[in-house]
Amino acid sequence: MTRVAVVKGGRSLERQVSLRSGGRVEAALGRLGHDVVSVDVGLDLIQRLREAQPEVAFVALHGRDGEDGTVQELLEILDVPYTGSGVLACARAMDKVLAKHLMVDSGIPTPEFFAFSETAFRDLGAADALPAIEERLSFPIVVKPSSQGSALGIKFAATAADVPAALVAAFSYDSKVLLERHVAGRELAVSLLDGRPLPVVEAVPQEDRFYDFESRYDIGATDFVCPAELPETVTERVQELAVATYELLGLAGFGRVDLMLDADSEPYVLEANPIPGLTETSLLPQAAEAAGIGFDSLVERLLELS
Amino acid sequence: MTSSAMRDLMAITARPEVISLAGGLPDTSSFPPATFAAVTNRIAAESCAKALQYGPTEGLDETKACIAEVMGAEGMTVDPADLVVTTGGQQVIDLVCKTLIDPGDVIIAEGPTYPGAIPTFSAYQADVVQIDMDSDGMRVDVLEETLDRLEREGRRPKFVYTVPSFHNPGGVTLSTARRRRLVEIARERELLVLEDNPYGLLRYEGEAPPPLYQLDGGVYVMYLGTFSKILSPGIRLGWVAAPPPVLEKIKVGKQAVDLCTSTLSQLMVQAYFEQGRWEQYVDSLTEIYRRRRDAMLAALEDHFPPQAEWTRPGGGLFIWATLPDFIDTTDLLARALRDNVAFVPGNAAYLDDRGHSSMRLNFSNSDEDEIREGIRRVGKVIEEQVALFGTLTGKTAAASPSQPEVDADTPRARVLPLPRRREDGRRAGGQ
Repeated sequence: MTRVAVVKGGRSLERQVSLRSGGRVEAALGRLGHDVVSVDVGLDLIQRLREAQPEVAFVALHGRDGEDGTVQELLEILDVPYTGSGVLACARAMDKVLAKHLMVDSGIPTPEFFAFSETAFRDLGAADALPAIEERLSFPIVVKPSSQGSALGIKFAATAADVPAALVAAFSYDSKVLLERHVAGRELAVSLLDGRPLPVVEAVPQEDRFYDFESRYDIGATDFVCPAELPETVTERVQELAVATYELLGLAGFGRVDLMLDADSEPYVLEANPIPGLTETSLLPQAAEAAGIGFDSLVERLLELS
Repeated sequence: MTSSAMRDLMAITARPEVISLAGGLPDTSSFPPATFAAVTNRIAAESCAKALQYGPTEGLDETKACIAEVMGAEGMTVDPADLVVTTGGQQVIDLVCKTLIDPGDVIIAEGPTYPGAIPTFSAYQADVVQIDMDSDGMRVDVLEETLDRLEREGRRPKFVYTVPSFHNPGGVTLSTARRRRLVEIARERELLVLEDNPYGLLRYEGEAPPPLYQLDGGVYVMYLGTFSKILSPGIRLGWVAAPPPVLEKIKVGKQAVDLCTSTLSQLMVQAYFEQGRWEQYVDSLTEIYRRRRDAMLAALEDHFPPQAEWTRPGGGLFIWATLPDFIDTTDLLARALRDNVAFVPGNAAYLDDRGHSSMRLNFSNSDEDEIREGIRRVGKVIEEQVALFGTLTGKTAAASPSQPEVDADTPRARVLPLPRRREDGRRAGGQ
């Protein structure tokens, strides 16, 4: 029996999702016979952890503070081992702009992009560069905040007229945003456990809609196919890229890499999630299940890897 | 942006440090504790066993007498036999849908409509057609055109759902002329109307137009009332007045749902009404809310940019504000929450893609200082976005914080009717 603090909630916009992930982890830990302390992250985090004196912390936070390395830093200071990736890996993965630059440098295909801070527009007249960027990326262009974890704030600009409003929306979430070439095709996710790829999941949106926040967390809004029906060579290639991305960013324990597969079966890495969702509809648990790893075993394994 | 994302965002608005202009809560802090104690003591002394027991599905006669009194205060006469006492007004919406709606049936509602009705309509898989409003409430001419179109398509709406007085979230009131026409349409087409009237008695100015129920005599108009806004939402007491065939089915439905409405709550209402001061309490609430509404309207003038428009409600709890169409109020809410202020994004009041640049602002559950500060914070975030958009498009940002105040003679905000369906093509899709 291990004394485990499940760290969840917090002030992130993904608070509710985190509470669902955390609640599910707590239930699993209880079934596994561990001593569970539930910690909703707030001003009293340090105090709570000092009182609880956990042997290990299970970090079930999503989005800001939890996934960007902040809480991990605090756990380092308190000398509490924790599940998942370390501070630097979280910081790299959560910052999509940084992660994509690293991918480009190491030859991992990622959709072409341009990133801007709000000050670039306010103080440096970056708006004047928009037409050139639009020409380079060609429409539709995806506009997204650099750090938001879920699909909140992600917009499609179909024409040049859509770009300013899409940028205003993206800047609601972060002071840094990116404009990215839209890759039309199949949405794939490769979850990794201890650096090894699990079966590929394909998200098939119902009707003709973008895989948004709603369908991501609501049962029934998106169909998931696992393992994805892909030629073996494509599966291998996609899994290779996921492993390469995981290693490039220095992720540990687990992670999930999201990709697009274009019409020519060319994969592009969109982003890596250092703390993938663990809700009933989340992709990593589904992929683990497909590999014969039940949720309780998954949670136990993550504890061992902490 | 859709409902679960909205729910997740709204969950954050409940944090104590957030000034929430998002809720729809009445202010219960001014209710006298002594009155509450007297009411409960009296029930304990005189009707303890009855209060703890089940009651009739349609409600207690004593409660129905109180309901008749409340409806009388708005000029309605009702036969107690036409009433069913419900667990809040919300249950009426559910029971009417349960009674009338099969999957795919059409419900007509205002656009925007009461956000709390949307999950109910969706749960019964209704096809909701939303009719635009202006400053006189639902566009009844558009309603007629829509009914004609539906008829040509061979689809007959099961009922029209309307909040005619101090609309939630629209903040407008259906004019008397339109009320008369709506009742005529209902008769001509033998179409049921559900009149949802939680706020009618919370009037801060002007004369009350006649309720639809009174104009129609309860033939085609079903009436939804509630004690939530005139006494307490915590007691969960509402009611429906409906024509007998519908009412019978509602009773059957209610029996299946919860057998009966809380007897304890019903006796509390009876004991409270016997003290004879319920109208005084409503008057005191009206005073409080009027001041808060005025504070919000003044703050909007001071802090919202000139491109914004908002309604000026003569009562009720809500103001509906509409921003330039390049601002998406769901994204704006995410930004505003960082400054600890919240509102309801307008899209929550639509079943389709509309309302993205509007917001519902509640003034009943915050004091005047909080309202001023809350509106100031929202206004500041809007100004930032207006300025950023100006920078991005190369247009002068009229509302940029760095720019001097506009000429004092220039009106700083226009108070205009509710917007039409927004023009497409300007904003990004993807939500």
